[in-house]
Amino acid sequence: MGRVVVIGAGIVGACCALYAARAGWEVVVVDREGVAAGTSSHGEGNLLVSDKGAGPELDLMLSSRRHWLALGDELGREGLELDEKGGLVVAASEAAADVWRAFATGQREVGVLAEEVDPVDLEPRIVDGLAVGVHYPQDLQVQPVLASQTILEAATRLGAVLRSGSPVVAAQRTASSSTWRLRLGDGTAVEADRVVNAAGPWGGEVSALLGGPVPVLPRRGFVLVTEPVGPIVRHKVYSADYVDNVGSSDAGLQTSCVVEGTRGGTILIGASRERVGYDRSMDPDVVRRLAAQAVALFPVLADVRILRTYRGFRPYCPDHLPVIGPDPRCPGLVHACGHEGAGVGLAPATGAFVAAMLSADHGRAPVEVDGVATAPFAPGRFGEAVPA
Amino acid sequence: MTALTTFRFDDRDVPYRPGQSVGAALTACDIRSWRTTPREGRPRGLFCGIGICYDCLVTVDGMPNQRACLVLAADGMRVTTQEGVGER
Amino acid sequence: MTGADVVVVGAGPAGLACAVTAVRHGLTVDLVDAGWAVGGQYWRHPAPVEGADGAGAVTAGEVAHLHHDLPTYRALCSRLEEAVAAGRARTFLGHEVWTVGRRDGGWEVAATQRRAAGGRHAPGGGELRVAAPALVVATGAYDTSLPFRGWDLPGVMTAGGLQALLKGHAVAAGRRVAVAGSGPFLLPVAVGLAESGAEVVGVYEANPPTRWGRHLPAVARNVAKLAEGAEYAAALARHRIPLRTGRMVVEALGTDRVEAVTVARLDATGRPRPDGRTTVAVDAVGVGWGFTPVVDLAVTAGCATTRTDDGRHVVAETEGRTSVEGVYTAGETTGVGGAALALAEGERTAYSVLADRTGHDPDAARLRHLDRRIAALRSFAAAMAQAHAVPAGWVDATAAETLVCRCEEVPRAAVDHALRDREARDARQVKQLTRAGMGWCQGRVCEAGCRALVADRIGRPDRSAATERLVAMPVRMRDLLGTP
Ligand SMILES: Cc1cc2nc3c(=O)[nH]c(=O)nc-3n(C[C@H](O)[C@H](O)[C@H](O)COP(=O)(O)OP(=O)(O)OC[C@H]3O[C@@H](n4cnc5c(N)ncnc54)[C@H](O)[C@@H]3O)c2cc1C
Ligand SMILES: Cc1cc2nc3c(=O)[nH]c(=O)nc-3n(C[C@H](O)[C@H](O)[C@H](O)COP(=O)(O)OP(=O)(O)OC[C@H]3O[C@@H](n4cnc5c(N)ncnc54)[C@H](O)[C@@H]3O)c2cc1C
Ligand code: FES
Repeated sequence: MGRVVVIGAGIVGACCALYAARAGWEVVVVDREGVAAGTSSHGEGNLLVSDKGAGPELDLMLSSRRHWLALGDELGREGLELDEKGGLVVAASEAAADVWRAFATGQREVGVLAEEVDPVDLEPRIVDGLAVGVHYPQDLQVQPVLASQTILEAATRLGAVLRSGSPVVAAQRTASSSTWRLRLGDGTAVEADRVVNAAGPWGGEVSALLGGPVPVLPRRGFVLVTEPVGPIVRHKVYSADYVDNVGSSDAGLQTSCVVEGTRGGTILIGASRERVGYDRSMDPDVVRRLAAQAVALFPVLADVRILRTYRGFRPYCPDHLPVIGPDPRCPGLVHACGHEGAGVGLAPATGAFVAAMLSADHGRAPVEVDGVATAPFAPGRFGEAVPA
Repeated sequence: MTALTTFRFDDRDVPYRPGQSVGAALTACDIRSWRTTPREGRPRGLFCGIGICYDCLVTVDGMPNQRACLVLAADGMRVTTQEGVGER
Repeated sequence: MTGADVVVVGAGPAGLACAVTAVRHGLTVDLVDAGWAVGGQYWRHPAPVEGADGAGAVTAGEVAHLHHDLPTYRALCSRLEEAVAAGRARTFLGHEVWTVGRRDGGWEVAATQRRAAGGRHAPGGGELRVAAPALVVATGAYDTSLPFRGWDLPGVMTAGGLQALLKGHAVAAGRRVAVAGSGPFLLPVAVGLAESGAEVVGVYEANPPTRWGRHLPAVARNVAKLAEGAEYAAALARHRIPLRTGRMVVEALGTDRVEAVTVARLDATGRPRPDGRTTVAVDAVGVGWGFTPVVDLAVTAGCATTRTDDGRHVVAETEGRTSVEGVYTAGETTGVGGAALALAEGERTAYSVLADRTGHDPDAARLRHLDRRIAALRSFAAAMAQAHAVPAGWVDATAAETLVCRCEEVPRAAVDHALRDREARDARQVKQLTRAGMGWCQGRVCEAGCRALVADRIGRPDRSAATERLVAMPVRMRDLLGTP
């Protein structure tokens, strides 16, 4: 064991820090700003199994879900605002319903609970005349900022240290061994035996300066927050066409909203998907589209006001899978980024993966962690690809 | 001042002068609060007076969360004390 | 007229002056304001009521005695009316601008209508969307508030709120009223209340007048301000309103509404002294610590901001030009300086728009005059900000259970906990851990208190960026439907 530096104090970095600390590593978390200053405070906290078709991401999510419940027991659900809220997917037409039924059949085979329901039974205020609803009791929710903070504090109790306020600007590897020297923007340096790239959407840039580039790009999303209205919406509700959008690689604007109530009484409506780089400018048309879709699902929302909108940048990989694992080109470097719109959900399993990989010999990652195959996430899958 | 015009606030009639907001008319009648907060049930009324603070929220004609400092009073309007986030 | 040359948001002194100047020099203007009458905060007027409904209505004449410099206001109004009649300007009153965005190389302002009289939304609802190559953000300011014990009791208001009730509705907020905080603005509020029949039990100004001593040159450049001060002093005396300096309201007392306030003297370091406190019976109190610029639309448009010494964010500009091409600003958004400065800046900004749109500066002498006037008034504003700073010991007027965030009901203890026991190091992190600033007002009210608490607890000014509010006013989803 030695020292591991985790770059990034978002939800993924926090989980990596905790699981590494539990495995006995001396952990230093470096963030250029602070805890959850990046995407983890600019998205939502849906932990969805429902939107993932059978495959590696769903396997990872099912494992992560068990980790989340365990973290809830260990650290207290309150500190994470962990809620077993359940999801409800609805389809307006019989044709869409059939497509979703086939999708759900595949999910059930790998252990997802998915039950056909009359949407009105679960959501009394939902629009009339929907063809079908599928209830996913395993969908959870957390508050990502609180969760990042609480998880990082748990790591701190095991000796982890947070250095915030200064970015990693350069990295050197000693020729002889896999020891690293990371230089920070404030002129100081940190030594490390292992480095974890948990820089979210900036994972591409950070990987490049570490010498092991992986293709991570930002995909913008807007979220709407309404005035507090009380319990109008009880589950995470979205329409069946959502999954097509999530899986799409189209750069153009896609919106298909997920509507959910929060503890504060506000309703969250998210989210759009758009590849526009780090363009932060306000796009009123996105707000209009999301609002129209939300009202179509819940007509009562027509008279509800939007108080706020914000946008974040999902860390996006071309094949829509995160990059988790040791970099074959750089001994001692482990990537943990590119989780796109599911990084909160996948964070604890990612932490467990990383902890298992830190101690593995260079380039020889365990084939499975918690029974989940590691190969689909391996950085090596991009070949020698450099970020576009 | 002769007040010919009134609106209904809970179970009483409140006189107002056209052009006045609901909050101004209630204040002129020495009524200071028309909402209780969601968490602690504390009474609230006007604070900023110009539409910034949202402390003055009230239910008007069945629609909760209206700013009393801005909504102009009108004849026959039904204004009701709002508890928490109100009902829809 | 389709598509004006300029769209101006805000019809206060700055926006009015800007619009009228732009029209005079040949530009067409769309002027949008949330209020029912033009004039902004300074020249706030009752909502006009027309026709048969007007019997007994509050009239502009009735509140005229509360106003200053009405001839200027009337001149601006009549020039605006002429421009509207000539098809050179359009005014959209009662329209809340919820956001701005780029459109076709220019800027689009998106607004929804306020509930009209009758309590119902404007027929059809929907959005007003006006676009122009140039956008002027003249959205003014609102009262800066700081928490103190009991400040959420009904009857405790901002000083500006008291004034708005008087000017906009001809209503005095109470029969026995205290006015407190800091700044020359407390004086017209107190005088206005007294003239409207209220008893003003005292004006409690936190700062001693000696703090002006260091700024005599700035005062000398602005004799008009001196005369104004003397006028208020005379009016206070006439109405027997006690002006008590070096004092602040440290607590509002009462169960369901304010019944009294506790006033403390401040020591030399600005801490409320434990001895010699007095309790004064009141049924209303207005507290103001100066004003906070409304920079939301400018920030949404991407404009850079700077932080003033007192921790407020203002839009960065030169001669009204922001850091973003095509976006301009004037008035309190550039730093709080009052109506006279807002007027001068509004006119100055119109000339910048004109130069950029048409390539010529029409009136060099006028520009020189305006630039001198703006410089002098800004030096006065800077002096005022220092002479009327928030006293260092303001936190002593709060208790652990005092709500910092009124909307989300977050007590000071929660903020202290986030700063002391968790990883919060700035106001942004405090907000995320405590929800302070996440409620209805989106932090407009509590942000000053939160930032000041952070500064107090960590021993240096809060460095978090200007809060981004991409939605400047809450917008009903119904109004967004059908306008793709
Ligand atoms: C609109 C929207 C909605 C979303 N909804 C959901 C959802 O419902 N469920 C879900 O699971 N996921 C959701 N996501 C995705 C999720 O938010 C992300 O996948 C997740 O937050 C990524 O976490 P992270 O820790 O990898 O990255 P981040 O939280 O971005 O953390 C990366 C950190 O790295 C730091 N950093 C970057 N460069 C450097 C450097 N050079 N040196 C030091 N530090 C550096 C940054 O400051 C940052 O704090 C959503 C995202 C968006 C945008
Ligand atoms: C409540 C209050 C009372 C005041 N009273 C006085 C006084 O009596 N004497 C004095 O000297 N100073 C007073 N002031 C100080 C005031 O800031 C200046 O005197 C002066 O009004 C500033 O002029 P301005 O044009 O910059 O802004 P303002 O006069 O504030 O005008 C800004 C205008 O923009 C509009 N606006 C803002 N955002 C939006 C939006 N999103 N959509 C549509 N419209 C919008 C507002 O409705 C407002 O009419 C007061 C301030 C406040 C807050
Ligand atoms: S009193 Fe502040 S919004 Fe009405």
